[in-house]
Amino acid sequence: MLKQLTHTQVWVHDQDEALAFYTEKLGLELREDVTVPEMGNFRWLSVGVPGQPDVSITLMAVPGPPVFDEDTRAQIQALLAKGASGGLFFSTDDVRGSYEELKERGVEFTQEPTEQPYGVDAGFRDASGNHFRLAQTS
Amino acid sequence: MASATPVHPVRHLLRAKDLVDARYREALDVATLARAAHLSPAHFSREFRQAFGEPPHQYLLTRRLERAAALLRSTDRSVADICLLVGLHSVGSFTTSFGKTYGMTPTAYRAAHAPAIARARVPTCVLQAYARQPSSTFGEDTRGQAS
Repeated sequence: MLKQLTHTQVWVHDQDEALAFYTEKLGLELREDVTVPEMGNFRWLSVGVPGQPDVSITLMAVPGPPVFDEDTRAQIQALLAKGASGGLFFSTDDVRGSYEELKERGVEFTQEPTEQPYGVDAGFRDASGNHFRLAQTS
Repeated sequence: MASATPVHPVRHLLRAKDLVDARYREALDVATLARAAHLSPAHFSREFRQAFGEPPHQYLLTRRLERAAALLRSTDRSVADICLLVGLHSVGSFTTSFGKTYGMTPTAYRAAHAPAIARARVPTCVLQAYARQPSSTFGEDTRGQAS
């Protein structure tokens, strides 16, 4: 049987920018940052929520050949920029406080904290176009 | 660091689309949306349509109608109130656009739909994304204005 979700992956436009965004702005911790020369300098980069060591977010650059041809890579990058990727949902104990703190650090919010039937939530994006929810559930 | 980062050009169009979703209640116009995307209004409308399959003013109208439909389902506010709450100013053209999109008057729509939240705890962002109806031909479109 499946036991546990350990990693989830998001495509990013630029891994250096993404690392700075996810750690310095969102406050996630760096888990792994390994570049493998024999695999065309593939960079395995993962971050996670402090205090939740068993789930990591892998920040993947969109690869070109031989993984994807250039057209495919360009299509994925365009879809990402259009907001067509999936999203990650985070929880917080204080969504309004977190909103103020993240906004202060320059995070681009798509929705201010809003009362919902399930609590209060807010929405934001990274520079690549990935979508995130931040919820304080009731 | 962020300012020096290369961003995909379409990402700026997504910022304008996000602005519609966040501020549909306000008197948004194409010029405001174009500014969010760092493009001239004419260029912006063309690029937006190419990226998302419909012009920005149409996206805005269908977003407003979707929000109106949600308010009809989940509140007991009057149709005129709801029209204003979603950023539209003419109850007559609201009712017409709503009828073309949903196939019934706002009042009939309200009577026909129980709130979605009674069935599942679906995040509002998901409801908004899926509940927006494709557009038909709206009278409002002909002006080429977003509001």
